[in-house]
Amino acid sequence: MTADRAAVERLQAELAAIMRADWGRLLAVLIGDLRDFQLAEDCLSDAFTSALEHWPRGLPSNPRGWLLQVARRKAIDRIRRAKTRVRSRPDLAYLMALDAEELAPAHEIPDDRLRLIFTACHPALAPKTRIALTLRTLCGLATPEIARAFLDKPATMAQRLARARTKIARAAIPYAVPEPSAWDERLASVLTVIYLIFNEGYSASAGEAPVRHTLCDEATRLARALDALRPGEPEILGLLALLLLNHARSPARLDATGAAVPLEEQDRTRWDQALAREGLELVETALRRGRPGPFQLQAAISAIHVEAASFEETRWDEIALIYERLLELTPNPVVALNRAVALSFAVGPGAGLASLPSGLEDYQPYHAARADMLRRAGRVRPARAAYDRALALTGNDGDRALLERRRDALA
Amino acid sequence: MKYLALIYDTEGAGPAPGTPEFDAYMERWFAADQAFKDAGVLVGGEALEPSSTATRVRVRGGKTETMDGPFAETKEQLGGYYVFDCEDLDEALEYAAMIPVGETGTVEVRPIMDLSGVG
Repeated sequence: MTADRAAVERLQAELAAIMRADWGRLLAVLIGDLRDFQLAEDCLSDAFTSALEHWPRGLPSNPRGWLLQVARRKAIDRIRRAKTRVRSRPDLAYLMALDAEELAPAHEIPDDRLRLIFTACHPALAPKTRIALTLRTLCGLATPEIARAFLDKPATMAQRLARARTKIARAAIPYAVPEPSAWDERLASVLTVIYLIFNEGYSASAGEAPVRHTLCDEATRLARALDALRPGEPEILGLLALLLLNHARSPARLDATGAAVPLEEQDRTRWDQALAREGLELVETALRRGRPGPFQLQAAISAIHVEAASFEETRWDEIALIYERLLELTPNPVVALNRAVALSFAVGPGAGLASLPSGLEDYQPYHAARADMLRRAGRVRPARAAYDRALALTGNDGDRALLERRRDALA
Repeated sequence: MKYLALIYDTEGAGPAPGTPEFDAYMERWFAADQAFKDAGVLVGGEALEPSSTATRVRVRGGKTETMDGPFAETKEQLGGYYVFDCEDLDEALEYAAMIPVGETGTVEVRPIMDLSGVG
C-alpha cells in the first residue's frame, strides 16, 4: 500500500461524496444549458471520469464548478463532432460564452432542481418511469440500483429510462416549473412520486435492507430539497412531515426475523423521537396555513399515532374523522378501507365491517383488515377464510408470517 | 413544434342531429375552433365520417388487398383530428383538453416529426 494508492482512494471517496450530494444539482444546470437529458447525463458522467484522471495532480479550488465546466466542454466537443443534426441542438455560441466565464472559487452554482423534478415527474410519463427518472437524474442513483429496487433487469430499466429521455426530447416536454394554473396538479404528481419512492423502500422485505434505506433516505432528501426550493408550500411540508413520522416508526415495524409487527404490538420506545418531534412540528406549521391537502391530512393521522402513548390510547375517533375529510378530497376505496379500520377501533369491529368499501376484492390489505375485524368480532370461520384469501394475495415474507400467526391463533 | 390531436370517442354517443342538445354540442365545437384560431395555434383539423364508412387497403406481394372496416374493432373510434402548432407539450395538452369530446372521449396527442433538417 503506497501513499499514492491511499491518495487515489481518498479522491475516489471525495468524488463519490460529490456525486451523491450534487449530481442532481449539477445535472439540472447542465440540462438547462444543453436542453437534452441524454447529452447532459453523458457529459456529466464524462466529467466525473475526467476528475479521476486530473484531480490526483491537485484538487481544483471549486470542484463542483470544475465538473460543470468540464461537462460543458465535453458537450461542445460532442456537438461539434456530431455528424447528424442534433434534434434540439443547443446553442454552441451560448455554451462557449458560458465556458469563457471566469471560474471563481466561490462561484455559486444555481439551483435548477425544481425544473428538473417537475420535468422528471411530468404526468405525460408513466408513473413508474417518473420514479425511475427522478432517482436517476435527481438522486444520481445508478441504473442497476434502480433496477434492483424494482426487481427489474438492469437492461429493462435502462430501456425504460432511454425511452423517457427520448419522449422528453421528441414530444417537447418543457424543462420548466409549471404555470400557476397547473401548479397544484403538477405538484401533486411530484409529491406522489416522492411518496412512492419512500413506500417502495418502506415496503421492501428485510432481505433488501440496503435498497430500503437508500430509497427512504432519497425520498426524505428530495422532500427537504423541495421544501427549500419552495418554502412554505403546505403540501410539501405535509409530505415531509409524513415521511419523517412514518420513518420515526420504522425501527419497530419488523422483528428480528423480518416479520411485520402490527401497530398494536410495536415497542413504542423504539420509535425515533428526534424524527417524530421534527415531523410533529412540521404538521403543525403546515396545518396553520389553513390549506389542508391530502399529504397534510395523512401526516396528521401519522402524528396522532406518534403522539399516542399506547395503541389503546390512540384517538381513533379523530383518525376516522380525518379519513372522512381525506375521502372528500381524494375519493378512493383504499382511503375508505383505512377509514373503516379506524372506525373498527373507535366504535367496534361491527362498525368497521359495515363500512368496508367494495371494489377491493383483489387487494391484499382489504382481506387482511377484514380478517382482523372478523376475528375481533369473534366470527372465527369467516375470519379464517379471510386470512386465507389475504395470504393467497401476499408476496412479502414479513406480512405472510404475521397473517399465518393470526390465522393459526384463531380458536 | 406541431402536434396531432387524435380524437377518439364512442360512436353514436353524442346527441342526435336535429335536437336542441345537438345544436348546443355543435356550438361547443365551433367555440373551440374559434378559440384555437384566436390563439394562433390552429394548423388544421377535420371531423371524420363514421368508422362504418372506413376501408382498409394494403399491398402484399405486389397485390392490392382491400377490406371493409376500420383498422381496429374497438368501442372508441377515431372521429377527427386537429393539428396544433405549439411551444411545447404542456401548451399542446392545454389546447387538447379544450376539445369538447365530453365524458366518453379521449384525445391522443402526438408530436409530428420534424423532417425539415433531413436530406
